[in-house]
Amino acid sequence: MNVLIYLVPMALLLGLTGLVGFIWTLRTNQYDDLDGAALRILPDDDLESE
Amino acid sequence: MIEALDLSKFVERSEPGCAHITLAVEGVGCAGCIRKIEDGLQKLPGIVNARLNFTQRRLAVEWRDSETNAERIVAAIEQIGYRAYPFAPERIAAEDNHETKWLLKCLAVAGFAAMNVMLLSVSIWAGNVSDMMQETRDLFHWLSALIALPAAAYAGHPFFKSAWRAIGARQFNMDVPITVGVILALGLSLYETATHAVHAYFDSAIMLVFFLLCGRYLDRSTRQKTRQFAGNLASSKAEFAHRFGPRGELSRVPASALQRGDCILVQPGEAVPADGLVASGQSEVDQSLVTGETIPQPVEPGMTIYAGAINCSGALTIRVAAAGSSTLLQEIERLLLRATEAKSRTVRLADRAARLYAPIVHLTAAATAVGWLLAGASLHDAIVTAVAVLIITCPCAIALAIPTVQVVAAGRLFRAGIILNSGDAIERLGTADTVIFDKTGTLTLPEGVVDGSSVDPDILERAARLALSSHHPLAAALARCARERIPYAGVIEDCGNGVRGNIEGQEARLGSAPFCGLTRPSSQNKAANSAASTIFFTHAGRVAGIPICQRLRPDAVAVVKALIGRRLDLMILSGDRPNAVEPIARQLGITQWYAGLSPAEKIATIEKLKALGRRVLMIGDGLNDAPALAAATVSLSPITAAQLTQTRADALFLGDYLVPVLDAIALSRRARSLMQENLGLAIIYNALAVPIAVAGLANPLIAAAAMSGSSILVTLNALRGRLGRRPEVHATGVAPTQADEQPAPSKARVTESRPKDRVLESAAAARDRLEYVR
Repeated sequence: MNVLIYLVPMALLLGLTGLVGFIWTLRTNQYDDLDGAALRILPDDDLESE
Repeated sequence: MIEALDLSKFVERSEPGCAHITLAVEGVGCAGCIRKIEDGLQKLPGIVNARLNFTQRRLAVEWRDSETNAERIVAAIEQIGYRAYPFAPERIAAEDNHETKWLLKCLAVAGFAAMNVMLLSVSIWAGNVSDMMQETRDLFHWLSALIALPAAAYAGHPFFKSAWRAIGARQFNMDVPITVGVILALGLSLYETATHAVHAYFDSAIMLVFFLLCGRYLDRSTRQKTRQFAGNLASSKAEFAHRFGPRGELSRVPASALQRGDCILVQPGEAVPADGLVASGQSEVDQSLVTGETIPQPVEPGMTIYAGAINCSGALTIRVAAAGSSTLLQEIERLLLRATEAKSRTVRLADRAARLYAPIVHLTAAATAVGWLLAGASLHDAIVTAVAVLIITCPCAIALAIPTVQVVAAGRLFRAGIILNSGDAIERLGTADTVIFDKTGTLTLPEGVVDGSSVDPDILERAARLALSSHHPLAAALARCARERIPYAGVIEDCGNGVRGNIEGQEARLGSAPFCGLTRPSSQNKAANSAASTIFFTHAGRVAGIPICQRLRPDAVAVVKALIGRRLDLMILSGDRPNAVEPIARQLGITQWYAGLSPAEKIATIEKLKALGRRVLMIGDGLNDAPALAAATVSLSPITAAQLTQTRADALFLGDYLVPVLDAIALSRRARSLMQENLGLAIIYNALAVPIAVAGLANPLIAAAAMSGSSILVTLNALRGRLGRRPEVHATGVAPTQADEQPAPSKARVTESRPKDRVLESAAAARDRLEYVR
């Protein structure tokens, strides 16, 4: 069962990364305009050929 | 007359030289719109940043003060092809937004903790029936404590705070037993862990917090969404006023910026933006939005005039009396405040239940402890059993039972074109058994329509084209049926009388009877249609009276029939004349109707019905309906209603159709029965789980299974509200109204539309937009 000594902290660390990531998205107001975000990827104005 | 537009009231300045404004934008529907608006604005000089929030249909613009101004930006957006309305900075909304985010953060933390603790707990449960060593179990318990304690301390904050406030006010709400349960469960588990016991309740405590937060977040986000939409609508409806400056110069200001004592000019055809006294000028005003009376009333200096009345003939100067308390934005602000503070009454009902529930739960727990002690159990065992009772009875499913249904129902109502003002409206709408309609503007459309059955079509066409040059509201109705939409050249508007011009070399006049050379309206013209207002036209020696009458909402007959089919009692209470109400009532098949009622009489009628045990749904739009709306059990208003009336109504409906009324009732009835089912499920769960806990048979596994099981069951049941179709009403089956016998009014609108038209258009646009807003 010694494997738990590093498996459990690793699992927790992974979970925490997710949590911190979520809070970061919240802090940077990424949920304010969900419909807009879905549409903003559509225009191709970042392509050089245009 | 050149007037400057003044938007300074809406501009915010955070840092020197930089200004910021939020605009509600109308007509945005696709990705292209976002680019067009943002890129178009970026090209302007001085713009620092322009970002369109597509979900909320709001545009935030920041610019350098020295290079451009808000007025130019609004003009630029208009040039790009969209309408933008300034949005008052809302402090309440910002705080609200902050609070929602905080709840979401708490929810994330609780979710993270619950998942990880559950992972450990499942291992322990599996280990307990196989070969787990005590050391490993202790390690897992300590790890659970390490995760659950800080997470509960952070994520439980919304409940702890609310419970603390309630106790401070010597009251009980649902949060008190929740707080006690969570703290006791955690404390006991910590003790059990320290004494190497088999069972610990960390998973139950943190899962409880997670489920409860779900309910709380859903409740809040629904209210926030409807409020945002109502805010956009309000800003697009906000009217502008012509205000006299200190030197007598006119400027265009938002009506919400008017102050007591300001002098404003109201041109013919415009709506009066604020309550006040007439200082000078003579005119007739259409007070249909205020009193329900459809015939314009004369006004003269010294008379009081109310916001929402339409000025018909002459220009009026008005001294504002009470703009502060009656302007739309202020009302909306009050409405928002009320909406923020007022949790829906069902939740408050739940609080009231908590006052009963909490003592019962605590007494049961105490009785369990005492009972086990008397039966000879050790103090430790008695307390463990008592805490298990507390955890199991925590109102987890109850907390989810109502918000989940509300979210689903509000979403469906929203898509049906109904905006809720108060959260518990759904529940009250579901109980209504009597429906009372106002006539003007509710059963009928706010704007009149020409009844040309007795008029030569050729004359009608000429009169309609002549009407294109008039500002008079009656003329606007006439102008809508002009086929040739080009106004005659050289038409002069004679304020207070009518318009005159030359048609084919001969003078033509359109207006009042004396203006058209009639000393006395002929009996034929007057009596032909007593329910209508008449506008006169004379050309080449021929005189014609053209009746303008009220038009029923297109689906009114079908909706009324469907409502009767749902065993609802229908009634019309109108402030208009009996001979205007009678034909409408007959046409709709409503046998109980009362005309010429004052607001007090309307309330009296409603009170009488309520005393008989009826639950009354009042639907009205006039200022005179506002008290009746407040008196009724539940109320609805069309979006064209007077502003005060809108704030009194529990919900607003959009568009020209009456079918949202039917939708509102049908969907609310369904939602109500789902809420009751959910509460029933929660009670059944308690009835099953409590005896097990009291008997001392509950362990953490049973607690977790029961808790999540009941919560999921309740949520799934609420989702059933999404199923089922809307009641169908076919407007095609509508019996012909006075208006329908006529050629349908052209869809194209007069360019110089009156304010009410604009409102209608924006309401129609809003209805279209509902497709995009979930």
